[in-house]
Amino acid sequence: MLLAIDTSAGTSVAVVDRDGGILSQVDVADTMRHAEVIGSLITAALAEAGIRPPELSGVVSGMGPGPFTGLRVGISAARTFAFALGRPLVPIASHDAVAWQHYASGATGGLLVVTDARRREVFWSAYSGVDAEGLPQRTDGPALAKPDAVPFPELTRIDAAAIPAGGLGMVAELAFAAGHPFAADEPLYLRSPDVTPSNGPKRVTR
Amino acid sequence: MNREDPLVLGIETSCDETGVGIVRGRTLLANAIASSMDEHARYGGVVPEVAARAHLESMTPMIGAALAEAGVSLEDLDAIAVTSGPGLSGALMVGVGSAKALALALDKPLYAVNHLVGHVGVDVLGEEGHLEYPTIALLVSGGHTSLLLVRDLVSDVELLGETIDDAAGEAFDKVARILGLPYPGGPHIDRLAALGDPKAIRFPRGLTLPKDMAAHRYDFSFSGLKTSVARWVEKKQDAGEEVPINDVAASFREAVADVLIGKAIAACTDLGVPRLLLGGGVVANARVRSLAEERTAAAGISLRIPPLDLCTDNGAMIAALGAQLVMHGHDPSGPDFGADSTLPVTDIQVH
Repeated sequence: MLLAIDTSAGTSVAVVDRDGGILSQVDVADTMRHAEVIGSLITAALAEAGIRPPELSGVVSGMGPGPFTGLRVGISAARTFAFALGRPLVPIASHDAVAWQHYASGATGGLLVVTDARRREVFWSAYSGVDAEGLPQRTDGPALAKPDAVPFPELTRIDAAAIPAGGLGMVAELAFAAGHPFAADEPLYLRSPDVTPSNGPKRVTR
Repeated sequence: MNREDPLVLGIETSCDETGVGIVRGRTLLANAIASSMDEHARYGGVVPEVAARAHLESMTPMIGAALAEAGVSLEDLDAIAVTSGPGLSGALMVGVGSAKALALALDKPLYAVNHLVGHVGVDVLGEEGHLEYPTIALLVSGGHTSLLLVRDLVSDVELLGETIDDAAGEAFDKVARILGLPYPGGPHIDRLAALGDPKAIRFPRGLTLPKDMAAHRYDFSFSGLKTSVARWVEKKQDAGEEVPINDVAASFREAVADVLIGKAIAACTDLGVPRLLLGGGVVANARVRSLAEERTAAAGISLRIPPLDLCTDNGAMIAALGAQLVMHGHDPSGPDFGADSTLPVTDIQVH
């Protein structure tokens, strides 16, 4: 049983189980209130699944890509929740959740997942389909692009406004069952901090 | 919950220090701090995005370090406390997200508290004498310059005045840059100032003229001082003369210390409060401390300066304030508080 948290778009929290599937998922679409809602959503997801924290075997964190300030709230919460329980943290690329949901509904073939990166740019990931275990196969990305420069126009495209934590949790369950290695526990910022080194003092006298 | 002597873990991420502290009532058990200051040095000031990224990577390691230092386990905690504001929002949110998760995973009450009041709250820690009421508190750092009247730590804190432009610590950084000194500027200016003449140059004392005192008696302004230093230095350079860097540093430092301590003493005298507490990183400045000692002694005001590692931003002060809220029977914060970059000092706890 895993708790899954994603704040790369809105805020989404779920409890998933390998056999039972998605036991609960609660979402707030607002992309400006991650810090406010994260606690209540964790409480609601656990309550709806009828689970107490010690019963969890791990915590899944959506690592982005996504706007930084919100993204960090979920990663910080997921890492700390896992630390507090002494359970492993399972980092998953957020786009994988959208791909899992797409293929779980019976779709096949190539897929391009696109999300908003603000500043007139988007994040994208390309998938070829699923493997024998049902895991989405990411073939390229996640990466950053101008809207008119997104590659793979031939693929089925999903512009996702939300990342479902239930899908994130199921990707983690499937990967764990299949014995796949997990991604590094690193936020997928895909942009450097927006800052330039100082050039020394500016004159104040004209 | 143990309200007599609660074991509280405090999380502080309002600027560039990831602090996790643990107290038991009034006893300090741990004060773990990771700073991203070195990463900001080449930019000449704190870069919010760089600070927030560093908080995320330091958060759980600092919780682990604080637990190890205190020799307690998470299950032993009575409550968690976290800085809700004021501060850099992206930085604060890392702490808020972490604290909420910690409280829920452990099923412990959570207290969202005010960073500035935390600087005052740290003075309840320790064996010998603590915070007495009422007290004037002067909090001076790279992000804040505030003068508070504290009638009661957990229920009555009033903002008397604050900077209307740059924080005092920021002025030290900017003047250091003018003088070609590295970031953070405070320690470098302090070192050179010790070799110079504080009376060599009469730099302006912001908001101290009678007309300013009417509207801004307890407010501060350091932007004009910084510009005045820049003009003075540029004039020397333009004339092809050598800049007497030690004298500039000493005279600038004297101007800052004079205004800070002058206004703090005025508040004590005006309001009949015979106690002054200093807090914030600028307390590390030797002249700010010595001038505070001289003038409080002359005015019969008792001065309290916490140990320096408790004056700079830290998690222990947040834990100390959280513990006081618990000990005074206050209820935990609700589940939906956020990060408030401009949280007023009157909001001691966010509900």
